[in-house]
Order: sequence, then C-alpha cells, then structure tokens
Amino acid sequence: MEKILELLIVWPFIAFLVSLFLPKENEKLISGFTFGMIGIHFFMILGLLIFWGTQGFPAVNLKEFSVYQSQDMNFFIDFYFDYVTAVYCLVGAMLTFLVTTYSRIYFHREQGYKRFYYTILFFYSGYMMAVFAGNLETLFIGWEILGLTSFLLVAFYRERYLPVKNAFKVFSIYRIGDVGIILAMWASHHLWHENITFEKIQNYELVHHHLESHSMFGLFISVMILLAACAKSAQFPFSSWLPRAMEGPTPSSAIFYGSLSVHLGLFLLIRTMPFWEHQLIARILIGAVGIFTAAIGASIGRVQSSVKSQIAYASVAQIGLMFFELSLGFETFALFHFAGNAFLRTYQLLVSPSAVSYLIREQFYHFEPKHESIETHFSKKLEYSLFLLSLKEFNMDELLDRLLWKPFKNLGNLLRFINIRNIYYITIPTFIFGILLQVTRYNIPVLLVEILPEIFALIGLFLVFRAYAGRRNVFVVWTLLVMNHFWVVLAISFNDALSVYEIIFHLAGVIVAGILGYIILWKMYKAEPDIDLNKFQGHVYEYPKMAALFLIACLGLAGFPITSTFVGEDILFSHVEYDQVFLAFYLALGFVISGIALIRMYARIFLGPHLKRYHEVAQRSS
Amino acid sequence: MNHSVHIFKEENVIHHLKHYLPAQAALKDFIHHNTLHAFQDRKFFDAITQASQIFGYKTSLSLVEYRALFIQKKISDEALNKVIIAKKGHSNLEIWKNKMISESYSDNFGGRRSHLRNYWKDLYSIDLDLAIQPFLFRFLCSYLDQGIAIWGFPVWNKGFLTTIREMERNTYTSFFKTSRAKQFLMDRKCEISDLLKILVGDEKFYEHYLFDQQFAHPGWSGIVSVIEDMPQTLLDTRRISLQDLIIFELLLEIDALDDKFGENWLPLAMRITEKVQPLFGKVEVSEYHEVLHLWQDAFEWSFYDQVLGGLQASKTKEKIIKSPSFQALFCIDDRECSLRRYVEEIDPSALTFGTPGFFGVAFYYKPMNGKFSMKVCPAPMNPPYLIKEEVDNKKHKKDFHFADYTHSLFFGWLITHTIGFWSAIRLFINIFTPRLGPATTLSFRHMDKFSKLTIENQNTDNKEDGLQIGFTIPEMADRVEGLLKSIGLVKDFAPIIYAVGHGASSVNNTHYAGYDCGACSGRPGSVNARVISYMANHPEVRNLLKERGVNIPSSTIFLGALHDTTRDEIEFFDDTFPDLTKTEVHKHNKQIFHQALERNARERARRFVTTNTKSDLKKLHEAVKMRSVSLFEPRPELNHATNALCIIGRRELTKDLFLDRRAFMNSYDYSIDPEGNYLFNILSAAAPVCGGINLEYYFSRVDNLKLGAGTKLPHNVMGLIGVANGIDGDLRPGLPNQMVEVHDPLRLLMIVEHSDTVVLKTIQRTPQLYEWFINEWIHLVVIHPETKQITRFNEGKFSDYNPDFVPQTVSDVESLFKTERGNLPVLLIKE
Repeated sequence: MEKILELLIVWPFIAFLVSLFLPKENEKLISGFTFGMIGIHFFMILGLLIFWGTQGFPAVNLKEFSVYQSQDMNFFIDFYFDYVTAVYCLVGAMLTFLVTTYSRIYFHREQGYKRFYYTILFFYSGYMMAVFAGNLETLFIGWEILGLTSFLLVAFYRERYLPVKNAFKVFSIYRIGDVGIILAMWASHHLWHENITFEKIQNYELVHHHLESHSMFGLFISVMILLAACAKSAQFPFSSWLPRAMEGPTPSSAIFYGSLSVHLGLFLLIRTMPFWEHQLIARILIGAVGIFTAAIGASIGRVQSSVKSQIAYASVAQIGLMFFELSLGFETFALFHFAGNAFLRTYQLLVSPSAVSYLIREQFYHFEPKHESIETHFSKKLEYSLFLLSLKEFNMDELLDRLLWKPFKNLGNLLRFINIRNIYYITIPTFIFGILLQVTRYNIPVLLVEILPEIFALIGLFLVFRAYAGRRNVFVVWTLLVMNHFWVVLAISFNDALSVYEIIFHLAGVIVAGILGYIILWKMYKAEPDIDLNKFQGHVYEYPKMAALFLIACLGLAGFPITSTFVGEDILFSHVEYDQVFLAFYLALGFVISGIALIRMYARIFLGPHLKRYHEVAQRSS
Repeated sequence: MNHSVHIFKEENVIHHLKHYLPAQAALKDFIHHNTLHAFQDRKFFDAITQASQIFGYKTSLSLVEYRALFIQKKISDEALNKVIIAKKGHSNLEIWKNKMISESYSDNFGGRRSHLRNYWKDLYSIDLDLAIQPFLFRFLCSYLDQGIAIWGFPVWNKGFLTTIREMERNTYTSFFKTSRAKQFLMDRKCEISDLLKILVGDEKFYEHYLFDQQFAHPGWSGIVSVIEDMPQTLLDTRRISLQDLIIFELLLEIDALDDKFGENWLPLAMRITEKVQPLFGKVEVSEYHEVLHLWQDAFEWSFYDQVLGGLQASKTKEKIIKSPSFQALFCIDDRECSLRRYVEEIDPSALTFGTPGFFGVAFYYKPMNGKFSMKVCPAPMNPPYLIKEEVDNKKHKKDFHFADYTHSLFFGWLITHTIGFWSAIRLFINIFTPRLGPATTLSFRHMDKFSKLTIENQNTDNKEDGLQIGFTIPEMADRVEGLLKSIGLVKDFAPIIYAVGHGASSVNNTHYAGYDCGACSGRPGSVNARVISYMANHPEVRNLLKERGVNIPSSTIFLGALHDTTRDEIEFFDDTFPDLTKTEVHKHNKQIFHQALERNARERARRFVTTNTKSDLKKLHEAVKMRSVSLFEPRPELNHATNALCIIGRRELTKDLFLDRRAFMNSYDYSIDPEGNYLFNILSAAAPVCGGINLEYYFSRVDNLKLGAGTKLPHNVMGLIGVANGIDGDLRPGLPNQMVEVHDPLRLLMIVEHSDTVVLKTIQRTPQLYEWFINEWIHLVVIHPETKQITRFNEGKFSDYNPDFVPQTVSDVESLFKTERGNLPVLLIKE
C-alpha cells in the first residue's frame, strides 16, 4: 500500500516533467500522453481504493524524507491517506481525466496547446500533493503549486488585458491565504514543538493537552487556517475573485474554479478539523463565515446575467454551506456535498455555451413578460437597494482595496525617496551597520538586542512596500526585493542558533535568482529601453524564452516550493520565537507582498497587450 | 462666452457614431454583414486604409503574411506582374516588384482612436476605463438580460435613464460615490453637451471624445445602437438608446473623477498642450499601403484567374439535358455547391438549381405553442405574412443543468447532494459517446416533419399580430412564377422537383444562428421549402401560371426537403403519394441523395484535421455527424470559410468544374431575361447577402482580435444576447477564430453569364447596388454565354480579360481528399 501511495504521488510530477519536453507542434502526442498518464493514474487510484477497502479502510501515514534537519527543527515531507483523501483524490482524478479528454479536440489549433497541457499536469501534481499531504508543510507545497498554475491558466490568453489583470488579482488573493498557512505553520511549530502531522492531531488527548495551556495560541492557528481557507474557497470577503477567474478557456475554468481548486479551502478545514473542533469560538467563526457567504453569495448569484458568473456565485454559496455543515460537525456530509457540487458545476460550466440556444428556446415557447421573484414582495426601496448591492457584489472589492491594497501602496509611496541614485547609499551602510551590531553584540544593551530583530525585519518590510509601490524603475524594484531577504536573515540572526550553514542555504538561492533576474532585466532594458511597471507591455510576444526564465527567477525569489528559498524561508520561520509575534507577522507580510510585487513585475513586463502594433492586438476591454 | 458658434451638434454626432458602431444584432439573429459597412461609400482600398489609421484595425494581411504566401506560391508570379502593370504601368514593373518583395517597411496597425481620451491616464493618472467599465457592463447586461438572471431586472418597462433615475430615487445605496453626478442625473435636462463641458471643456473635441469613449467598448455600444433601432431583436424587449448610454457613462466618469480629485479639476482640454490630430482628419496613403493593396490584388487574382480559366475551358454545350430524371432546387449557399455536384454525378440526368434558400417566399413563421413569430426571409425584408405550424409532435426535453433552481441556495443544496452526481455520469457519457441531447440545436426541430402549416389564406381579414395568415392564390402564383423564371426553370419539368432548404445542427455553439440559412434570417429553410412546394403544387396556382406562360404538367410535383449541412442528412416533407410509381421514383431519388450526402461528408472531412480521411465512407459520415453533437467540438462545421465566388448563370457553365466549395451559385438563364429584370432581382439580393458574408469573413480573418470575436474557448454568454471573454469584458461581435482560421481573405468575385452591356445597365439601376461594384467591395466579371469571352468591370466599364490558367483535368477528384487538407486548385472533372 505504501509503495502504491508513493507512486500515486510521484506519477503526476513525472508526467509533468516529461510533458515539458514534448514537441510543441504535435498535438496528438501531447494530449495523448496526458490522456494516458492521467488515465492510468485514475485507474491506479480506483485500484488502490478497492485494495484499501479489502484492508478495511485503514488510515495510512507515510513519513517520507526530511528536507532539512537540525537539532530543533525537522522539516519533513509527510503523506496521509484516509477517507477524506480518498474522496478528494478520486473526484480530482476523475474530473481532471474527463476534462483533459474533453480538451483534446476542444483545444485543436489553439495557440498554447502544449502550455495548457503542461500547466494542467503541474496543477494536477500540486492537487495530489495537497490532498495526500500529511502535514501542513507538505500541504503548503501543493497549495503553492495550485496558486501558480491558477495564475498561469487565468492568464492563459496572456496577450489580452483582462485575463492578465484578473490573473494577478487571483494571485494576490491567494497570497493573502498563504499568510494564513505560514503563520499557522509557525504557530503550530511552537505549540507542538515539532512538525506536527495530521495523523497526530487525531489524538484528542494530545490536542486537548496542548490547547489547555495555550488556548489563545490555538485560536490564533484556527483563525489563520480559516483565513487561508476563505481565500482559497472564495468565501467572504474574498468571493469576487472567483467569477473573475473565468478568463481562461472554458475547460480550465470548469476544473479549477468550478470544482477542484475552489474546494481546497474546505479540504484544509476538514483536514485540520480534529484541531479546531474543540474550540468553540473557531467553530462559531467558521460557521458564521460560511452562512454569511452563503447568504450574500446566493443574493449576488441571483442577479448575475452572465452564465459563468452565475455558476461561480452559486458555487460560492454552496461552499459557504459546506463550511457551515463542517462547523456543525457534519464532516462526511460536507464531503458528499463537495463531490456533488464539483461534478455539477464542472458540467454546468462545460455546457455553458449551450445556454444561448437552450434558454432562447425556452423563452420562445414559455415567455411571460415579467416573472415574479421573492424580492418583488419587498418594499421598493429594499428591493432596489438589494439589487444594486448584489450587482456591486456588496462592494467586497472596494473593501479589500481600502483595507489592504491602498494602505500598502500609500506606505510604499511614502518611501519614494529611495530611488536608483541612493538605494545603495542608504541601504548598504545601514545593512553593514546591522552586521556590525550582530558581530559585536555584547556591546549593546539587552533590551535593544531583543527588539533589533523586529527593527531589521521592519526595514526589510519597508523595502518590500517600496517595491510594491514602485512603478518606474525595474532595477530599483528588483534590488529592493532581493535586499529584503538579506534584512530578514540579519533580523533572524539575532535569535540564537541560526547557523552559518542555514544562512548560506537560504541566501544561495536568493543570490542565484537575484542575479538571474537582474541579467534578464538588463538584457530586456538593452533591447527595450522603455520597460517600466506602469502598464502591461506584453513582451512575451517577442521574448518568450526571457519571459520563462524571468518567471523562474521571480519564483526563486518569492520562495516558491521546490526552490531552495522555500526551505530557507521555512528554516527562518522556525527560528522566530514564540513571543515574537510581530516578527512573524513582518516576515509573513513581507513574504506575501514581495510575492505579489514579483508576479506583478513579471506580468507588467511580459504579459498583456503587446506595445508594438505590427500585428493585431486585442481591444483593452476585451 | 461665445454662444454664436456651436460646432457640436448632438444629433449629428450620435448619428455618426451609430453609423460606425458594429451592427450585429443579438446572437439568435446572427446575420452576416459587411463589418466596415460605414466605409462602403468609399473605394475599398481607401476605406481599409482609413479604417486602419483611424480606428487601428488591421484591415489586410500583413506584409509578412503576403510575402509568405508568395513564397508558398499561393500568390502567383503572373498575377503579381499583371497587377503591377495594370496599376503602375509596364515600365515600373521591376521597381514595384522589388518594393513588394524585398523593400523593408514596418507594419503598423495603430490608429488615432483613443488618443484624446488617453490623456486622462497621461495627465491625470486616472484609469477611467478600469474605474467604470466593469460596473457599466454588468449593469447594462443586467438591464438587457433575456433570461439568465434568476432575479430579473426590477424595473423593466421604462427607458434606460428613467430606470436609473427611478432606482436612484428609491434606494439606500447609490449608483454614484459623489454628489455632483447624482444631482445631474436627477436633473431632467441632463444633456450630453453639459456633461462634456465639465469633462472636456472644448467643443471641438466633443465628437472625438465620444468616439474614443464609445469605441473603447464597441461591442456594448453596438448592441445598444442595434436594439434602439430594432427592439424586436430581443424577445423580452427593452427601451434603450445610445444617447442614454452615453449620458450614463459620462456621469460615471464625472463621478470617478470627483471621487479622486474632489469637484475642482480642470476639464481635459484645458490641460492638453499638444496638438491632437482630428479623428476623421486626412489619412495619408503611403507607399507601404500601396504595396499592401497591390499584394491583396495579386492574391485575389491568383485565384480568380484559375476560376476564369476553368470557366473558359469547361464545355457548356454538351451538357444540356432535355428530359431530366428529377430536378432539385438548392440554396445559393457555398456549402451546397459540392452536394449538387455529387447529385448530378451519381445521376447524370438529374438537374440542380441554385436560388436564395427562402425560395422567394418571405413571411414570418410561428411554430406550434410559440409565443413569438420569427422572420424566415432575408433580414432587410419585412413581409406582412405569417405562416403558422399546427399539430406538432415535437417535445422539448428539459435539461436541469440550465435550470434556475440549481443556482439557488436551498434547491442548489438539495441538487448537489443528489443529481449532482448524475452530472458526473452525464459528463462521462458526453465525452466518450457524444449523443443528441436537449441542449443540441437540431435543424430538423425547426419544424416538425408531420406538422400542418397554414399556407393558404382563406380570408384576407384573417390576421394575427398584424400579419396576414397565409398567402392568397394570386400571391402564391406571383411567388412561384418569380422563382421559376429567375432560375430559368420554365420548361422540361421533371416528375419530381425538390426544393431543398438547409439548416445546421450543433451543440455548445453560441453562434448557432450564423450556421443556418442566411436567406432565412439565420434559421433553417425547411418551412420555406415546404411552403413553396405547396404553392407550386396548388392546381389553381398552376392555372394562373399557365396563363403567364409557365406550363407545369400535372404529372410534376414539388417536394420540400431540408439538408442539414453539419450532419449531411436530409429530410423530406409531405412525401407520401397516392401514386405508386411516384413513391418508387422518390425512393430511388432518396438513395441518390443519401449517396451524395455521404460523399459530400467526405469532401468536407478533409478540412477537419482531426478526422481521419482515409477511413471508409460510412465511418467518415459517422465522424462528421458526431461533430454536431459533441460538446467539445468548437468546429461542428466550417460554414462559409473559403468562400470567394458568386456565379450567376446556367448550371452548364460550372457543371464539370471542381470549385472546392468556394462558390455561391445562383441559377439564371440569360435567354429568358434579355432586359436583365430577373438579373436585377438576383443581384440585389446576392450582392448584399454574399458580399456581406464574404466581407465579414474577410475582416474577421485579417483582424480576428478587433473585428472578429477571437477564439471561442473562453467565451462567456452575456444575457443571451452576446458573448464576452470572461465576465468583465466587452461584447465580441464578429466571427470567432474557429470559423475563419482556414479562410483566405479574398473579396468576392461575382461572375454573371450575360452580355456586359445588359449587366452594366442592370447594376446601374440603383445606387445601392452599383456602390458594391464601383467601389470595388465586390469584383465583377461577365462571361458571354456564346463566345465565352470574359470581360472585367473596372472603373465603371468592362474590358476584356484573358485568363492564363489552364485547368488540369482529373478523373478522380475524391482521391485527392485523402491527402490534401488545404485549398485545391480549380480542376476540370472528366466524366
């Protein structure tokens, strides 16, 4: 059983890696290969389930290997298989199999045929990684892969404005969800003093014992998990990204936003349920978010006049109900609900173009000038207000804008004085001063030592804010984002036990990615002197290879899983002490904002409508 | 202030705007038309250069593309030389050829539009489009929605602005964030010029500004303009005007600016220091443009020359059939061209005709239980007749996936738990064994085979919805006479004459109406085929016809049929006869049609790269049929792609030519129409219909992103009236990429069999008709019936044209289908 499980997890990754080397022109080979690999995978899962059944449905935990180990930290990959995983992987495999089969002919002659298939395979790998995960760290790897592939598929039509803009929006919101997981990981590390597995939290005594003494800490973890789940599953106040993600080809919208990706937040909650189910406040919060989203999601859904957004909000509302069911303790019920919803919405999205002929025919034969709805019985004023509010999606977008993005940007704008001329004069001396302090530590008061990590992390964070607001000079932005890592390392180094080895481990990746990115920017600048971050420039049209390399550099710097920076970030976090909540918060925020700033850089320079007009370019509004 | 001169006249500007906006109606009424209809009063090449420089459209292939075609020999060297000599003179041949082939120019398709409004971003750092478009589109879509939203628009029977006022007055929230815009809205005299004064401030920019604003979302503005002029394109009608839309958008702009800057910001014109080029100012035609024009001409004549060479080489005289076994009338449509060839090949004594697929009978059709009637004749006609369907056995199966309740909170909850799982099975079935379902649009469902139609009018007072039900006997006789004389079928009637309409079937296809018969306003032609047959079979009609010189023997019967161009299937109507021999003959003919359809399916299959053309006939036909029911097939058929010709003349002219399904064919006998009266009717219909189709394909192909609808794959249905990419986008009129990707952008070549003097007089009868030819939106040549001399219409007169091309003679065209996927040359078929 263990061997099969391992194979099941590795299989999609192998398929993804192989697919990268398939010839671009050979549609049959690409789709046939994917069809075969996912098909075999699907049947292996079926086989596994039967075998599992004969064994009496045991839950299986698989401790794989340690990615990094030191005396007080063990970052290891762990897998877990039980009925929750069984349902998620079966539904996922089945739908992915069906949708890739569907796409074989649907995508015929489409530009980016291969790109679509390898992105789907990568997505599939991430999905399987997440649902088989045995601890938060492993789950996070899959979770991040899903985030990236979502971005790539929403921006599948990368030469148009709206897909790129909306892909960026989706990515930003996912990134907020990431803060939740990162902080939850950090806090649970301190709560359990080990890298806790999902298997262990099944143990009621253990959980109870730990929570008794640290109930606030427990609540903090639960809330962070809820935050992550809300962002991923488009719950309030993040719902508005879901309909906007429907920019890619219909099959990818169906599989991502109709079914699999959007239900992953629910998965996270189900997985961590043994942990939060004994915390009444957490349960109330989850239930409240769920029921509130269900209510406004349904209301917004009722006024949608485009097929895909209608399906999206219907799905949001159902997921809200699932959260609610879960909070009441109906776990199996929610699982069942998930499967039904996933199938239904996928199919509805796939047949959505048929709505025109079908509904027009219905109208032709059964038209009534004005049909009643519940709202017609409200008072006029209430009716109109509710209608307008629903049409404006309860101003959720504006809320996020006012609460999050605007303040970030304003903060960054305050730091405008940092520019290409003084960036090195200001930051490098301060940094050297910091290092000197670190080396000659015994000369400074203890009190200061205690707050120094926070100060340095805050400086790093400010640099990130500055980068986030930066528009004009790409080199400044890039340099700031690279520097942030150094400040963070400096900050953590004041805590004990950060070894030189760990520092090198982390910074090596940063330096490689930093130099690679800088070289690409330099080359682009030589070829296209006008590059900036004010608008989308679409240079991928002429420089597809540069674009791909730059994306890799960005991911390296952003701490994307499977880069060494990712492990490095984890190590750094493990050194943030229990009482350094602010430090953890600065780090997490820096991690999130720098990720957003990096992806924006990539998007602005390489994606969107091409600046040059020697070929046809789409209208911005299309 | 100067009150004496007002440059800005609101009415004129709105009229001007409406003229230039896309004119595509709602999806259910998809009708092809010239995308650049607004430029049709100019010569084609001037028009495309202007459209390109003003609006930033790509209006021809790019230089790179033309040069590639030349290297692939799709543009011939001979045609290139001829074109240069004709336009630039013999002495300049080498110079211009050099320019065309190797001179370096940079392609540039940027236009002037949006220059003025871009200053908001440059000078004020505000992105107005981003700030207002998403809400504007959503609100507009919600207002026009035909039945997607569960909770429909709460105020529905007032005008657009009145509705907005009504809602604003009765709400706890608001359309606006600031107060000034709100006050303006509530002020009844909310005039465009007042709003523009705040925003722009200088009258000379007003028109340019409105163009910039409305052309930032031509899809939505276009549909609003169409609905204003043609409210019946929505079954659930809405009152809206372009003026309303502009006012609302201007208010939203003021609101967005007030929100950012407070009420004290300078109008746009006060801050612009540079000189802004007037939108419709003079357009320079550079050498680069001339080179593009020469290439386009050379591309077209490379193909035309083949066709004309083929026509001269074909042998007309030997093919005249005196007593045909049966006759069949097909639509002029290019998709019928190959089917006719097969029918005549399988039964050499059968004769086919082409005529617009409404068969000259124009009326509205109301199916049984229908709440509305639909037009089934060319779109510009407004016939006062109605034909009703009675006795109907068709059942419309329901599909819960489209039902409202799946989206509601509680029922949605019940459904996901229960039949949600059924969706998985349905998906499985539909992917591995696609089959006909409730969502499929099937041409044969347009009218039930066994229904009765009210064709004969009993009493002229018998009216419904203001339309006369059925036709009177004299009205019928007029129509039958008109049809038969126009196609030259006035003697040698066969025992059975089929009138074959056509329609198409598809699923998951938002553009389904564009696949049906264009001459029936985007519906299948089954009702028309049945109606004309009924009329021509009517004894009293025949008596009247006899008086008018058309003597149809009583042994002849007309029979309606419908050809499904996607599935290559045929259905016959009213085909039970008291006469046994007729039954036998019909049975025999049916076999011929079925064989012809199978072979037709194979000929079509070669264009579908995903179909294996080497498999046998039956399998290929099954594969072709499968396309029409497959959810995942974005190309159920290829429609009019590759169309380039319109041939008006006797069938004998083209009978042994292989034209690769690229020709519209209208039968016409010059000998019974010496004055060109019937020709005039034919041309008046064919020029706008075929020219419209051809030019829509042309422009959607050369600039699929701006003039076409882009790829179908991300399309999202908006309010059942149009498609957009994703949920925040503009509507996308024009044709999707999947419909036009194999199309070669050539203008239509119209070929008329007659004498050029008669043709010249005929086309000059109305300026609308003449415009098509004199402005070169359609090429015209005349082939003389006896001498076969070809003359070409150019700059108002005809001159001789002698083709170079000599077609190859082949005996087995069909063997080519196994290997060739692209365009085939014109071939002579050996019998």
